[in-house]
Amino acid sequence: MSALEVSGLGYSYGAKRALDGVSFCLQPGRFTALLGPNGAGKSTLFSLLTRLFVTSEGRIVVAGHDIAREPRAALSKIGVVFQQPTLDLDMSVAMNMSYFAALHGVTGQEARRRSEAALARLGMAERAGEKVRNLNGGHRRRMEIARALIHQPEVLLLDEPTVGLDTKSRRAIVAHVHDLAAGGLTVFWATHLVDEIAPGDDVVVLHQGRVLAHDGAAALTGGRDLTEVFMDMTAPAEAGE
Amino acid sequence: MRVYFTALFAIVRREALRFLHQRSRFLAALVRPLVWLIVFAAGFRAALGVSIIPPYQTYITYEVYIVPGLCGMIQLFNGMQSSLSLVYDQEMGSMRLLLTSPLPRWWLLLSKLLAGVAVSILQVYVFLAVAAGFGITLPAIGYVLLLPTLLVTGLMLGALGLLISSTIRQLENFAGVMNFVIFPMFFLSSALYPLWKMSESSDLLHDICALNPFTHAVELIRFSLYQTFNGTALIWVLASFAVFFGAALVGYDPAHGLTRRRRRE
Repeated sequence: MSALEVSGLGYSYGAKRALDGVSFCLQPGRFTALLGPNGAGKSTLFSLLTRLFVTSEGRIVVAGHDIAREPRAALSKIGVVFQQPTLDLDMSVAMNMSYFAALHGVTGQEARRRSEAALARLGMAERAGEKVRNLNGGHRRRMEIARALIHQPEVLLLDEPTVGLDTKSRRAIVAHVHDLAAGGLTVFWATHLVDEIAPGDDVVVLHQGRVLAHDGAAALTGGRDLTEVFMDMTAPAEAGE
Repeated sequence: MRVYFTALFAIVRREALRFLHQRSRFLAALVRPLVWLIVFAAGFRAALGVSIIPPYQTYITYEVYIVPGLCGMIQLFNGMQSSLSLVYDQEMGSMRLLLTSPLPRWWLLLSKLLAGVAVSILQVYVFLAVAAGFGITLPAIGYVLLLPTLLVTGLMLGALGLLISSTIRQLENFAGVMNFVIFPMFFLSSALYPLWKMSESSDLLHDICALNPFTHAVELIRFSLYQTFNGTALIWVLASFAVFFGAALVGYDPAHGLTRRRRRE
């Protein structure tokens, strides 16, 4: 069974077509990058995957649950890290974690245990007592990723999670999330930065609301540089804009 | 079911902690009605005579008359401020976090609403304690009966805030909310003057005040403080809550709600 299956997905903002006939399947335990330039429709796709938007065009199935028919079962299988930070800055890391755990019905000892385990996976265990305001950007992001793991999702969605971070923090986060995929989690990572993609990853290329390619990064490049391949795929259409 | 209440308590706790962290908001919530009570009411007590009208059984001073209206004002401001915090939350993304949790959306929004109501009830009781310190006291049992009343009136005013938050587009628009929601609702009500006073000057204004849900919230608070049941006001408040909350749910529905409109801009 595919961890995340999207078929024939379409969405419009009034007359503007944001997504058109988007289809792909994510294999369990793989890191799949959603690669697309700004305005490709990545954030719209993420809003549909997390049910912030709904559409009558197409179908989204998360771990066997159709998001239109069983939205709550589907959402319980998804961990999300949004592009914009979603943190209470004046509360501690642990309190942010326990708030989120409670939204998923996990409390008490179990919430603490899961929170500690998730923070440890992201190398953040010793920061549980710190106020979020005192953390740097990279640590805040890692906390958000840890938080998205508390309810033990099967699919982790990250919408350009390294925006605004310095190179070192960016690399650390990319490495941490690749480790999560190696541990069996299905990761779907939206980005426009090709250097965040490893040769062994899968890549879905999204451009102007359509899927241009879905393949392994190595197969997609055929020995060429991924940046060049990506530029070639998206350039002609951009030049016409 | 346990999951529902776990989420509710977490949301209420978060709202209460946020409120306590914002000391200036706490202070403003307290100072605003106290200025009305201690300065405005003192200045107007000679100008505005209040005759004996239900639920009062004796002559009362103007300060005593406006206490229920000020309790309502605290909840009105709090309801609108919660809506401001919702808009702010949406920008910060916390609302998204809430809405992607696997619970029904109506329950999440109701929890958010109850969290705001809890904060407003806390504010009202602190206000009443300070007012008592200035010698403005109410019947003892009234303080107890006030609690369920504040829950109902707070839900109604909070739901109005929620509805506004589903249509408001920018943070700055809170000034618009002040001008077009808070002030008209407050002044076109029985908070500062009894309705019969209003009808002396204009029947139209009286009718508008009588249709204002805030008038009924204030009257419900006033009557319960004096251990008198006001069924009409209760029905008005409950019906207004149902309409506001229902409309807010439509506003937050992913199919045609706020997120969709916002993206299009």
